Amino acid sequence: MTVVRVEQKVLNENQRIALDLRRRFEENDILCLNFISAPGSGKTTLLESTLAVFRPEEKVAVLTGDLQTENDARRIARYGFPVQQIVTGGVCHLDGKMILRALEPWPLENIDILFIENVGNLVCPSSYDLGEQAKIVLLSVTEGEDKPLKYPSIFHKAALLILTKVDLLPYVPFDIEAAKANARQVNPAIEILEVSCATGKGMDEWRAWLDERRGNRRPIAAAINTGVVADKQH
Amino acid sequence: MHEVGIASSILEAAHSETARRPGAKLIGIGVRIGVLSGVDIDALRFAFECITAETEDEKVVLTTEKCPRVNRCEDCGHEFSSSHLSPFTDAPCPRCHCERTKFVSGDQLDIAFVEVEEP
Repeated sequence: MTVVRVEQKVLNENQRIALDLRRRFEENDILCLNFISAPGSGKTTLLESTLAVFRPEEKVAVLTGDLQTENDARRIARYGFPVQQIVTGGVCHLDGKMILRALEPWPLENIDILFIENVGNLVCPSSYDLGEQAKIVLLSVTEGEDKPLKYPSIFHKAALLILTKVDLLPYVPFDIEAAKANARQVNPAIEILEVSCATGKGMDEWRAWLDERRGNRRPIAAAINTGVVADKQH
Repeated sequence: MHEVGIASSILEAAHSETARRPGAKLIGIGVRIGVLSGVDIDALRFAFECITAETEDEKVVLTTEKCPRVNRCEDCGHEFSSSHLSPFTDAPCPRCHCERTKFVSGDQLDIAFVEVEEP
C-alpha cells in the first residue's frame, strides 16, 4: 500500500475554469458580480431595480440561475439588456463551466458589467468560484438577523452585504444593527448597504458602489475566495 | 446540499491521481474540510457512500479531517484556532489578549492524499 500526497483543491477543475473566466473579465474590463442569497431575498427584484436606472446604451448583461423555469430571465429581459437563463435542472448552485458555456454567444468586449444571479441558496454557491470580482450576499429583513452566524461561509466570502426590503422594518421584529454586527463578526471587512426596491431607499448608494468599481478602478476588498485561492493555484 | 457533487469531484480527482501510476488501484482518499468550507462532513460521507455503492470504488475508504478556523494575532503573531464558528474576530488572542486578529485558514476543501495498491 502506498500513500500518495496530493495536496490539491477538491474543486480544482472549477478553480481552473474560474481563473480563466477571471482573466477574460480582466482583459475586457468587465465588472463581474455574483449575487447570492436564500430564495426570496430579492435578488431578481434588486436586479430589476438596478437595470431600470441604467441608460439603454450602457453595456450591462445578466446571467440568472434557477433549478427550473425561465421566469427570472423573462422578468429581467423587459429592461432591454442581454439576459440568459441558466436552468441547472436540479443542481443547487452555478459552477464555472455553466458560466463559460453561457458566455459563448456573447462578445465580451460588449459587456462592462456582468451580473450573475446565483441559484437561491446560502450554502452551496459559496463553494464555487465563478471568476467574479466579488460575491454580493443579500439578506432581507423578513429573515433572521442571525443568518450570518448560521451560514458563515457566504458572509465570510462576500465583499458586500445588501440588506433588502428595509421598507418592511417597522412591521417585522428584525434587529438591523444585530444583523450588521453578526455579519461583521464573520467578516470584519464586509461592506453593508440598506436597500428597498419598493421605496427606492439606498438605490443611489448602491448605484454609486457600482460606478466606483466599474472598469476596475477600485479593488474590491474581502473577496477572500477569489484572490487568495487563485494565487495558491499557481 | 451539494455534497454529492463534491464527493464526485473528490473521486474524480483521486482517480486522475491513481491513473498516473500504472496498474495502481485506489483504496483510500484523505480530505481536509474546513469549518468555513460550506461542506458538511456527515453529508459528504453519506454522499460518498451512495455514489460508490456497488461500484469498483465500493471499498475505497474516505478519511476526513475537520479543520478549525485559525486566526493570527496581528500584535504578537500567535496563531490560534477556535472550533466554534462564532464569534470570530471577537475572540481575542489567548496569549496577549489583543483583539485585532486575522483569518488564516478554515475554508479548506482539499484532497490531502490518496492511498493506492501497487502491483
